[in-house]
Amino acid sequence: MQFGIFTVGDVTTDPTTGRTPTENERIKATVAIAKKAEEVGLDVFATGEHHNPPFAAPANPPVLLANIAAQTERIILSTSTTLITTNDPVRIAQDYAYLQHLSDGRMDLMLGRGNTGPVYPWFGKDIRDGIPLAVENYALLHQLWREDVVDWEGKYRTPLQGFTSTPRPLDGVPPFVWHGSIRSPEIAEQAAYYGDGFFSNHIFWPASHTRQMVQLYRRRFEHYGHGSADQAIVGLGGQVFMRRNSQDAVRDFRPYFDNAPVYGHGPSLEDFMSQTPLTVGSPEQVIERTLGFRDYVGDYQRQLFLIDHAGLPLKTVLEQLDLLGEEVVPVLRREFAARRAAGVPDAPTHASRVAAAGRGTDSTVYAEGDDVTGASPVAPQEVSR
Amino acid sequence: MTTRSIAVISAGITEPSSTRLLADRLTDATVAALVRGGGAEGEPVVEVVDVRDVAHDLTNNVLTGFASPALQAKLDAIVGADAVIAVTPTYSASYSGLFKMLVDVLPKESLRDKPVLLGATGGTARHSLAIDHALRPLFAYLGALVAPVAVFAASEDWGSVDAGRLGARIERAGDAFARLLEGTPAAKPGDPFEDVTPFSAMLADLRH
Repeated sequence: MQFGIFTVGDVTTDPTTGRTPTENERIKATVAIAKKAEEVGLDVFATGEHHNPPFAAPANPPVLLANIAAQTERIILSTSTTLITTNDPVRIAQDYAYLQHLSDGRMDLMLGRGNTGPVYPWFGKDIRDGIPLAVENYALLHQLWREDVVDWEGKYRTPLQGFTSTPRPLDGVPPFVWHGSIRSPEIAEQAAYYGDGFFSNHIFWPASHTRQMVQLYRRRFEHYGHGSADQAIVGLGGQVFMRRNSQDAVRDFRPYFDNAPVYGHGPSLEDFMSQTPLTVGSPEQVIERTLGFRDYVGDYQRQLFLIDHAGLPLKTVLEQLDLLGEEVVPVLRREFAARRAAGVPDAPTHASRVAAAGRGTDSTVYAEGDDVTGASPVAPQEVSR
Repeated sequence: MTTRSIAVISAGITEPSSTRLLADRLTDATVAALVRGGGAEGEPVVEVVDVRDVAHDLTNNVLTGFASPALQAKLDAIVGADAVIAVTPTYSASYSGLFKMLVDVLPKESLRDKPVLLGATGGTARHSLAIDHALRPLFAYLGALVAPVAVFAASEDWGSVDAGRLGARIERAGDAFARLLEGTPAAKPGDPFEDVTPFSAMLADLRH
């Protein structure tokens, strides 16, 4: 099972000091957090994608993830989420395959439709087309990574004739894709159809949403012949804040909670903890609560935690990572493994997907000269006068 | 339709509340008319949603996007009911803010084709058109099956036996709503998690 962290890249005022980090500070802190995650033994770091203040999450996650890949050795880089609606699927295919090469396969991606309305018109799309965009764009992305030369036409993008997305996937194996949605059954259905993974962010919402979506995904995964329902690939988010002493955790986190952009000035911290997966307390409490997620989603493959949200300073986030890495995740690894039913697979990795394909195959598309314009860089062209 | 359940929304705030009183009287009149007309079906189950009881939960729902378990139970009762009676006090010539918040947090499309009986209270009869100018357009947008009859009760109505007395108007509304309910096919809301749209259909839709 994979354990890690994800960030939404918010630039939020620390309510205890009144200070807001600069974009530069937040960006550098994000890289420091990712490196620390590897240092304490976590398996995954994922970043969201944003296109407006107050976010320092990258507009194109591979830019950030490539930077982190160059400074790490083991941690898997992923997204929470890549926008499958307002991005050009050709650019997703190119940029994430590039990251795949740079990171030696140490990456995957999680797709979402986005929660910020104006992003749609900023990129020439209509928010009412959210689901059909997700369907058409992913179908094209899927095709671009599997066919060397693509002829394509569709509703939401100009046509392609004789197009090769470069670089071709590393070893001929496309990055593994997870689909994320809070409540839309169409996306659970999409994930199941392709045999891809399903990720529920599992924060800010009652568990009932997650349970319903995961159960649907598992049922349809089996329907489409990818394996039995309990062999489907499921990932969960979660949000935690820890101190050794649970009262200290509640006391220290309360001002951040009460002023948080997403849920501040709403329910109390205690109500929110009982109604959503948020766990604020001791490491033991986080362990116990997290182990309980299995009760309603079954044996799952990836657990990510949100730990840098709502204006927490870098120093505090690094302390959270120490606790996660030293006290929480080792126990979770052991306990989840002990409880897992036989026959449940691990999350796919590049290595496991290459092995499943038999072997890696370099898929470079070689072209003589400039294949598109037909002019060879070797032979000088006659210039007509 | 056999009316088995009625959800009653009352946005009255004071205790006791004339809004709640009107809601209760409209409910009684509807149930009595249904029993008279329905033979051996028995009385429908009535669940009252008093916005005062869930006022804070409504605010939290608007802020967070999800309902507390207590509020969720009330929302489920409204969505699952065969009929809805909705009564609001008149604030600033319209339905009250809390009334609107409750409507706002109902799931999309959950009131489509739902039979609804409207009522409103106010200090004077000056705002008796608040039902027609504010409530009807709101429920029209939601696609509800709004009963043509509605009742506005001004403070003076609770003590007047002049023409158009309140009691008679309430009884007439109950009769009319019961007849509407008897003629209405029961709405069967689909569950998109049970009746999944197959992915092939989603792909095919893109080709039109």
